[in-house]
Amino acid sequence: MADASSQIASTVPTRRPGRLREFWTYFKENRGAVMGLYVFVAFVCLALFADLIAPYDPSTQFRTAILQPPVWQDGGTWGFPLGTDALGRDMLSRLIHGARFSFFVGIVVVVVAATGGIFLGLVAGFAPKWLDTLIMRLMDIVLAFPSLLLALVLVAVLGPTLLNAMIAIALVLQPHYVRLTRASVLNERTKDYVIASRVAGAGPLRQMFLTVLPNCLAPIIVQAALSFSTAILDAAALGFLGMGAQPPTPEWGTMLADAREFVLRAWWVVTFPGLAILVTVLAINLMGDGLRDALDPKLKRS
Amino acid sequence: MIKYLLSRLATFVPTFLGVCIISFGFIRVLPGDPIIVMAGERGMTQERYETLSRQFGFDRPLPVQFWEYFTGVLQGDLGRSFVTNRPVWDEFFSLFPATLELALCAIIFAIALGLPAGIIAAVYRGKFFDRALMSTALVGYSMPIFWWALLLIIVFSGNLGWTPVSGRMGLMYFFDDVTGFMLIDSLLSGQSGAFKSAVQHLILPSIVLGTIPLAVIARQTRSAMLEVLSEDYIRTARAKGLSPGRVNGLHALRNAMIPVITVIGLSVGTLLAGAILTETIFSWPGIGKWMVDSIFRRDYPVVQGGLLMIAVIVMIVNLIVDVLYGLINPKIRKR
Repeated sequence: MADASSQIASTVPTRRPGRLREFWTYFKENRGAVMGLYVFVAFVCLALFADLIAPYDPSTQFRTAILQPPVWQDGGTWGFPLGTDALGRDMLSRLIHGARFSFFVGIVVVVVAATGGIFLGLVAGFAPKWLDTLIMRLMDIVLAFPSLLLALVLVAVLGPTLLNAMIAIALVLQPHYVRLTRASVLNERTKDYVIASRVAGAGPLRQMFLTVLPNCLAPIIVQAALSFSTAILDAAALGFLGMGAQPPTPEWGTMLADAREFVLRAWWVVTFPGLAILVTVLAINLMGDGLRDALDPKLKRS
Repeated sequence: MIKYLLSRLATFVPTFLGVCIISFGFIRVLPGDPIIVMAGERGMTQERYETLSRQFGFDRPLPVQFWEYFTGVLQGDLGRSFVTNRPVWDEFFSLFPATLELALCAIIFAIALGLPAGIIAAVYRGKFFDRALMSTALVGYSMPIFWWALLLIIVFSGNLGWTPVSGRMGLMYFFDDVTGFMLIDSLLSGQSGAFKSAVQHLILPSIVLGTIPLAVIARQTRSAMLEVLSEDYIRTARAKGLSPGRVNGLHALRNAMIPVITVIGLSVGTLLAGAILTETIFSWPGIGKWMVDSIFRRDYPVVQGGLLMIAVIVMIVNLIVDVLYGLINPKIRKR
């Protein structure tokens, strides 16, 4: 499809907008999605420039200011706008540095899960029936376990670190990519352009990666956005259960776990990390909805 | 129909075998020597090591070990807990009613609110009500439920003092387990206030656990309704002069229910995964808390057995959903 349209464009000078522009036209119609995008960009900036933005180091303990409330409450100061935690660490700085961990988790999980999943899905879609069945049955087995439970047990086996949590979540999310890729591959393979490429002598690898894959990308991109938010949520849940990042890492879920005992005494140590998770995940999900509407022609204008 | 049923079963069996292999393999891929890890003893003598190895059956070849494990599983033998020395099977079924009760209340909560919300949103598509409902649903869908639980505890247990923070029943009540469901047992016991206490304990965990299914059901109901409402037969029904209530409630809802039922069935996995977090926070004595505690205690037979049982339950429910789906929708059977 891509080749065909660019050829037409080169022979007949039309005013057809570029793909990116067309995508943006559809995307920006969804106000929620644009808002999600802005929040996500802010989140990425916080993650990238945490060291410059955060007022303090996330692990510095101010022993004179333990469990200090946020600035608008009695006893709060501008020194610690969102208050301090039980060890006197600045909440704002920890939250800003936490963005870094969540962003990192999201990127790594999506890249690992998508790469593995797309590859397996392509293989399953092109392979002989027995290999296809084998791969899909394996994915069914992984999907039989509730994802968080399987991730939890995997981390228990591998050892509780953030890296292992990311590996576990990536493994658990992978089957969705495999199914999605395989389904679109099977759909595309029956089309004329794929048959034409085979007649023209394209080998299986060329067919897989250059002919078919680019046309299967739309649903995969949407899935990537959605699993970015799932990854952040699951990593935070694992951290909360003590099976992800370990204290004193300023990871949002781990911060919540630390704050649990102060739940009735200091609302701010509990509220802000969760709010950070919610806002980030919500922004990404809004963006994902917008992406789906803009990329999936079947759902366009529905 | 029978052919469809058989084809569903044909995929069930290998998946079940695979799930068994995973839960069997789990102990054997632990870092370090499984015997030392399982025994948890320091400075073990060679003799003791060999006794333990024989006791756990690690001295035999792997296929033999798996065969023993597999035949054991089929007969309901999942080994014994290291901590309590009770059979894992018995422990699972003594705790399962607590999780089932919580999960049922959660899904009832989710359906009772999600279904009407989705229908209303679809009928008033694009209006303020629709947008407000769907934004709320997206927030619910993005909710880290462990944080949601803490917030509800702060507001309802801390500030308002309406609900207790943990457990299933107030300490001043005691009665026998008849069904394992606190709501029923407390009524049967005839003690005044016991039922109220059971409800108070159940309400926050149910809301927390039901939040994500609620959001998913509301979204799914809305999109299914929208799809059905644009069909020709709905236009015909309207043209015949049927009342909007009859068209939306009877003609449209029936067909819109098919995908919604699937979503409800598939949320069992979400519920069981959510139960891990919900039960841990509310100290709810069910399967989820049992699994987390066992992971921290390194009680591996429990982790192994629980993992297997939960996977099998999810698989069975999915199978039932598939079969029901085939019953409702003849088109699926023909594939």
